[in-house]
Amino acid sequence: MVELNIQTFVFFLFSLFTLGGGLGVATTRNLMHAALWLILSLFGVAGLFVLLSAPFLAAIQVLVYIGAIAILIIFAVMLTRSLTSLRTLFNRPAMSAIAAILLFLFLAVGVILPVWGQNGTQGNLPVSDTVGSTADLGVALVDRNQYVLPFEVASLLLTAAMIGAIVIARDDED
Amino acid sequence: MAVLNEWAFIGVFFAVAWVFPILPIVGAWLIRPRKPNRVKLATYECGVETVGDTWVQFKVQYYIYGLVFLVFDVEMILLFPWALAYKQLDFFAFAAGLLFIFLLADALVYAWRKNALEWF
Amino acid sequence: MPVGDCLNNFSACLVRGGASPDIANFISILLGVVLVATVPLVTVIFLIWVERKFAARVQDRLGPNRVGPFGLLQTIADALKMLSKEDITPIGADRFIYNLAPIISFAAVILMWAVVPFTAQHIGADLSIGILYFIAVASIGTVKIMVAGWSSNNKYALLGAFRTIALLLSYEVPLVLALLVPVLIAGTMSMQGIVRGQLGMWYFFMAPVAAIIFFVANLAETGRSPFDLLEAESEIIAGYNIEYSGFKWGIFMASEFLHAFTAALLAAVIFLGGWSGPLAEQIPILGFFYLGLKTAIFYLLSLLIRSTVPRVRVDQVMAFNWKFLVPLSIVNVLVTAFLLKVIQTLGLAPAPDRATDVVANLPQTAVLLVGNLVVIAFALWLTRRGVRAERLAEMEHEEEAVHEMAHSHAAAGD
Repeated sequence: MVELNIQTFVFFLFSLFTLGGGLGVATTRNLMHAALWLILSLFGVAGLFVLLSAPFLAAIQVLVYIGAIAILIIFAVMLTRSLTSLRTLFNRPAMSAIAAILLFLFLAVGVILPVWGQNGTQGNLPVSDTVGSTADLGVALVDRNQYVLPFEVASLLLTAAMIGAIVIARDDED
Repeated sequence: MAVLNEWAFIGVFFAVAWVFPILPIVGAWLIRPRKPNRVKLATYECGVETVGDTWVQFKVQYYIYGLVFLVFDVEMILLFPWALAYKQLDFFAFAAGLLFIFLLADALVYAWRKNALEWF
Repeated sequence: MPVGDCLNNFSACLVRGGASPDIANFISILLGVVLVATVPLVTVIFLIWVERKFAARVQDRLGPNRVGPFGLLQTIADALKMLSKEDITPIGADRFIYNLAPIISFAAVILMWAVVPFTAQHIGADLSIGILYFIAVASIGTVKIMVAGWSSNNKYALLGAFRTIALLLSYEVPLVLALLVPVLIAGTMSMQGIVRGQLGMWYFFMAPVAAIIFFVANLAETGRSPFDLLEAESEIIAGYNIEYSGFKWGIFMASEFLHAFTAALLAAVIFLGGWSGPLAEQIPILGFFYLGLKTAIFYLLSLLIRSTVPRVRVDQVMAFNWKFLVPLSIVNVLVTAFLLKVIQTLGLAPAPDRATDVVANLPQTAVLLVGNLVVIAFALWLTRRGVRAERLAEMEHEEEAVHEMAHSHAAAGD
């Protein structure tokens, strides 16, 4: 079924980072520790990208997510007062556990299996042998018939994000 | 698979890069003296006792710098594939890149005019 | 180099010896990793000596000259001293993260060495995204500062960490934008590919503005003068590493020196042609020597700047970045892209079979160089205009103030 070679081992290691980091974020009481667990999780995702032969996306993951977004999250966390002692307002573990399991079953059976499972709508797509390189991505981004419009709209979206953030953050000025 | 070999090198390098600093730290832990007392362990504040919580007034300016950096970061990573494939493409690629960069330079000018880039 | 050949065929040797191919591969990778990781460690010992001697000579004193011949063993003596110092972890510090920060610091800098092309045949890992890997690893550095600053449980460490991160984030923008230019010219992100692209003409002559921006942004990123306000001993004491003592502090310092050297190394690889030079491909050790020479040029330049230029104020630093460097680097990318298309249309680029010929690269270089000089001239003209306007406004202000004083004196005197 699953061959035991080095790739599988590395895949399990990075999946452990990703899921373990996510679990750490959700369960720790210390906001700063939660941010660090998040960084571990994002790093696991970067490793998974490398295994999928997408090194460019792995580098982007580290550069943008860990280098910028995680730092911004930590900055945002600094704005709150009690970093180390969060008080839980809603502490009913039994109900929370049942709700979590129900949600998981709903997602797994209702969404993931019908689409990507054995007989799902996307399940039988053949895995291609050729892997696109980053240069191919570059060609696709400015090709008239491919992705040039989303490329430009992305720039517009980034501009709007920056303007919006500046307007909100400097709300105390005139 | 040769490509994955390169990344295997990086993976092993990563593991070794973490082990290298740990060795002397452990060595130091074995060698050094251990005589903690209250004064030595106190937080450093130029020789006086600390007053109040360890919490600083977080200026929102730090956050704005991070935000502007984030927008430029995403812009630059979208420009890297463009730069890679640039030589094989025609003039339309230049025009598309020009429009892309121009829109973001526009955002920079806005931030400049609204004094979002000042260090207060 | 026979050692290199032995290494390249080591896994084959092991397989013939009976080990399975996977294990043989792993062992040869491990050996390569240890070899590549040892080079920066040996370098940093020598580097700290160079730094201290240079700074001492500029300040008209001798520098370390007692321990070993010419003081060469001073760094080792210091390291031994730091190993035996008491390590004081302050109360209330988050122990696990507090100990993690120096490790991340050192690991982040050493990781950059994995993609450095030492010679034509010896490189750690020739990734297809070499430059992006370097930038990604450089951006991990901000995490270590945050972690160190916060886990020290010290107001000043936290404040220092915030300022440092704001500075590092700001200067990463022109750094990456300046690195777009060699990628545009070379058409590849792999380090070995960029060095091979420079066999005809170094990128320093094709893109001097990008080289200068890269160098200046690296000065800020590595916290060297004139941007060393982060550890200005007279101001914020030691910034984010106040509470670190003993060998952990030593690791922070060592990784900072190594970062500065690594930045110079990468500048030499990307803009000065790395290992390229006469006979570098036939005799690999010569390539290594050329690389060392070119790195020394950049590194000694940064040492010179450090010893002579005064510190810049933090708001000036930020203004310089966002109002000068970032627009300059954006304009630089656009001008280079435009000129490359012009070169392509006019057919000035050298034919692929003559790509390593210096003369064949001259027309392309000339066009790009002229474009860069125009950009520099324009930037300087704009700056002069802005400075002149400011100075005029200041002079008018002063005249008004003098007038006011004269009036008030006259009014009071009567």
